[in-house]
Amino acid sequence: MKLNVELEFAAKTHPGMVRSHNEDSITLAPECGLAILADGMGGYNAGEVASGMATAVLRNDLVSDLSEWYPELTRRGTAKLHTVLQARVSGANTAIYQSAQSQPQYAGMGTTLAMAFFRDRFITSAHIGDSRIYRLRGEDYSQITRDHSLLQDQIDAGMVTPEQAKLSMNKNLVTRALGVDPTVEAEINDYETEFGDIYLLCSDGLSDMVPDAEVRETLQLLGSNLELAASTLIQQANDYGGRDNVSVILIKVQPSSKTSRNLFTRFINWLK
Amino acid sequence: MAKLILSMDGLVLKEVPLTKERTTIGRRPHNDVVIDNLAVSGEHAVIVTILNDSFLEDLGSTNGTMVNGQAIKKHFLQNNDMVELGKYKLKYVAETAKQTSANDFEKTMVLRPNMMPKPAATPPAPVPQATPGYNPTSTQVGPMGDPNAARAAQGSAAAAAPQQSAVIQILNGPNAGKELALTKALTTLGRPGVQVAVITRRPQGYFITHVEGTTFPVVNGKNLSLDAHPLNNHDIVELSGTKMEFFFK
Repeated sequence: MKLNVELEFAAKTHPGMVRSHNEDSITLAPECGLAILADGMGGYNAGEVASGMATAVLRNDLVSDLSEWYPELTRRGTAKLHTVLQARVSGANTAIYQSAQSQPQYAGMGTTLAMAFFRDRFITSAHIGDSRIYRLRGEDYSQITRDHSLLQDQIDAGMVTPEQAKLSMNKNLVTRALGVDPTVEAEINDYETEFGDIYLLCSDGLSDMVPDAEVRETLQLLGSNLELAASTLIQQANDYGGRDNVSVILIKVQPSSKTSRNLFTRFINWLK
Repeated sequence: MAKLILSMDGLVLKEVPLTKERTTIGRRPHNDVVIDNLAVSGEHAVIVTILNDSFLEDLGSTNGTMVNGQAIKKHFLQNNDMVELGKYKLKYVAETAKQTSANDFEKTMVLRPNMMPKPAATPPAPVPQATPGYNPTSTQVGPMGDPNAARAAQGSAAAAAPQQSAVIQILNGPNAGKELALTKALTTLGRPGVQVAVITRRPQGYFITHVEGTTFPVVNGKNLSLDAHPLNNHDIVELSGTKMEFFFK
């Protein structure tokens, strides 16, 4: 498996200032260009169980898929890759749904999901619920996922403006989640990457607490030190009140991966 | 449960809980809130309530609807908004159930498809198929949190800024004497690629942290470690040969 892209990863998670336990779960598989974040929900420790299952099951399945089928999955369009991602998300959904059904203490548990897979010049994002993926490209900082939430539906319907949305009391209602229904569909998209892009996967503990402008500034100023940027973001969320668990995964597309992008090396890689 | 308090000339006439999805206001008797006054149109306005959020909409009334002194067509009601129809005033009070502990605030929950009547203006939400035989009353969706907590969350945005403003003054080199106000949450010092440090502004005060470069910043003659270091008044920071003084203003 050769990713043809050099990536730098940093990941941090924190229970925040209010909650006693952390229902978020994050995992990385840098060798596969894979980052997964889940924000669990459900009583007692069920939220942790759901998010932990989601990240563990997906990481395990996708790493073995990718190490076995990498060329088949990444060559000639993205249809196969999308099918596999969707199937693995379904698998994780079934696993969580079944344990929620069979064990009363886990009844009603579920989790959101934000997942990014990098290869060559592309990122494939998959998400469910209100965990988000943002991209910093030069001066531009934008969200590349669209929340599956009541509030987002209201914004789309023109009932509330994004400014009013910040004041809404319905922030925390998601319309899609992993593990609450027998089937679920992840929203999967592909984007082209550029050198120096920084991608941020985060739970709503960050995006609800820290204003976008401040996150952008942090990424711009501290982009050269991803570990520090990640811990600064967590710190900012906690300084703003830290009302929820907060998790961040940062992925930077290294400019040094330039060499592998010229035509010749791509051709060689294609032959392999 | 949010409610409206109807008053005229400072006299409270009645309280109307917003229990329905649509609460209509007007002069005609079939309205939910009837105001028998010629300045009020037959169907004057409507309040659409979705869980904990309420929206006020003017239904093309003759004399219009004011919220906090401004004429509106459509308005997202906030706690203590004052709605005026002619001489009558309606105060919107967002009060959610008290049994919700503050801890429940902002806990993410799943909204199930058949849980509530969909407002006409909302397109069908991309929701998964409901479980057959699923009982909508047993869902975990309940009162989402008290409005005071929501205000506190907004208030904390201001609270995240520290009490005192501070500056960095350069002490040597060609820029000696120049001052840099530390107004932003993060201020970076140094040259990218060589040595960079960042000063973070936090509620607890100001902190300096090493960002990049092989040498670490020096504070009062001591080399920093990887951790953030709190800055005190009149600390001397040294960064690739440049000396700077940190002080409060």
